[in-house]
Amino acid sequence: MPPARSWRSYPQTYRLEAGRCTSCGAVYFPPRLICSQCKGREFETFSMKRTGKVLTHTVIRTPSAAFAGDAPFAVAIVEMDDGVRLTTQVVDADFEEIRIGLPVKLEFRRVYSEGDAGVINYGYKAVPVRS
Amino acid sequence: MAVGIIGYGAHIPRRRIKVEEIAKVWGADAPSYKRGLELREKSVPGLDEDTITLSVEAARNALLRAGIDAREIGCIYVGSESHPYAVKPSGATVAEAIGATPDCHCADFEFACKAGSEGMFVAHGLVKAGLVKYGMGIGADTSQGAPGDALEYSAAAGAAAFIMGSDEERLLATIDETHSFMTDTPDFWRREHQYYPMHGGRFTGEPAYFRTVTGAVKAILEKSNLQPADFKYAVFHQPNGKFPVRVGKMLGFQREQIDTGRLVPTLGNTYSGSSPLGLTAVLDVADPGDRVLMCSYGSGAGSDAFILTVKERIREARDRAPQTRWLLDENIRYVEYGEYAKLRRKIRLAE
Repeated sequence: MPPARSWRSYPQTYRLEAGRCTSCGAVYFPPRLICSQCKGREFETFSMKRTGKVLTHTVIRTPSAAFAGDAPFAVAIVEMDDGVRLTTQVVDADFEEIRIGLPVKLEFRRVYSEGDAGVINYGYKAVPVRS
Repeated sequence: MAVGIIGYGAHIPRRRIKVEEIAKVWGADAPSYKRGLELREKSVPGLDEDTITLSVEAARNALLRAGIDAREIGCIYVGSESHPYAVKPSGATVAEAIGATPDCHCADFEFACKAGSEGMFVAHGLVKAGLVKYGMGIGADTSQGAPGDALEYSAAAGAAAFIMGSDEERLLATIDETHSFMTDTPDFWRREHQYYPMHGGRFTGEPAYFRTVTGAVKAILEKSNLQPADFKYAVFHQPNGKFPVRVGKMLGFQREQIDTGRLVPTLGNTYSGSSPLGLTAVLDVADPGDRVLMCSYGSGAGSDAFILTVKERIREARDRAPQTRWLLDENIRYVEYGEYAKLRRKIRLAE
């Protein structure tokens, strides 16, 4: 991925910035230009809470080349406490520990690197909430 | 105007490796290493963790305790000897991730293990000078020791972040005095493009660590007209378990003043994060009015010493983020040397 492309997504990958429709309150991550619920065009930007729960999950054993060194790894669709759903790796967890409904939080991690000389792409990954 | 810490946060990777696990690979005697280093295990970062990711998590925890808008932070300094890039600031990514950009001064610091306290020192100074409202100093490392070297038993990973400010109602601890002591002492180094550092063996002790730390602490005690008995806690740089206890004894501090902030037996040496993480563990339990001494040490060689007094607000702020002892003692997972070698990129892969 060219650096410019990952740079454009920093508000979402770094700060979980979502858009909330000022007309009907629908939340979008990443933000949209037109609300699919009410066709509104005004949104307020806010950083989502970093907590949610696993909606569904799987284990990737044959990844694309960029993630070959990470395999096997867990991927989940996480329903955030702010309502949106996103797809992310689940790390710092044994595979058998990951289950539907598992409370997770999103931590800042390396997502992938452009080899040893290219840019390092950072973003979010889910880790189980432990108290 | 009182200036001090208004927010602090720590982050430690979940994985650990025991001294026995490293020793058995190299045919070394684990009990003698454990005895010699007073160290049982150390933290190990994941493949997706580095100085930047650890710094971001520590900084987020510091913001939770400070309760401020990150855009009010006027400077961010990340001190480390394991910055992920040779050219590209770690601090810029940290600032972007916590929402402190764009009106923010930023630099990365290096001074072996005292790079973190340098960030704290400069952030404190800029707040005191009135140039910024709030300043953040972070110490973080994912340090490497050469396979089989004594350093491999201790080189660990972790981060601590501190937000400096002068709002009377936000202060968790005032910084009452600072002092830096620094000479050119070649006890530990890593040349450009070299993967592992080298060190001067026993030369790292008396003429380096002990002379520098005692020099800084004696000077700050004299400047402040205080005695070791005036402190509830003392935190020294902890490359192993023995050095902080021994230097404390040399200076007149008792073991009970040192143990709360001495995390190294189960954490390892987190380099730039070492004494700053010790300070976070002290702030997690200190009472208002307690006086704290912190003294870092960085090979090369220098020490930054701070005298702090804990304020009443510590009681309500400390539970807003995970406490350091919890990060250290709970939620941990042990790895064997093979996984450790993979995670620390010690295995040569096909091009």
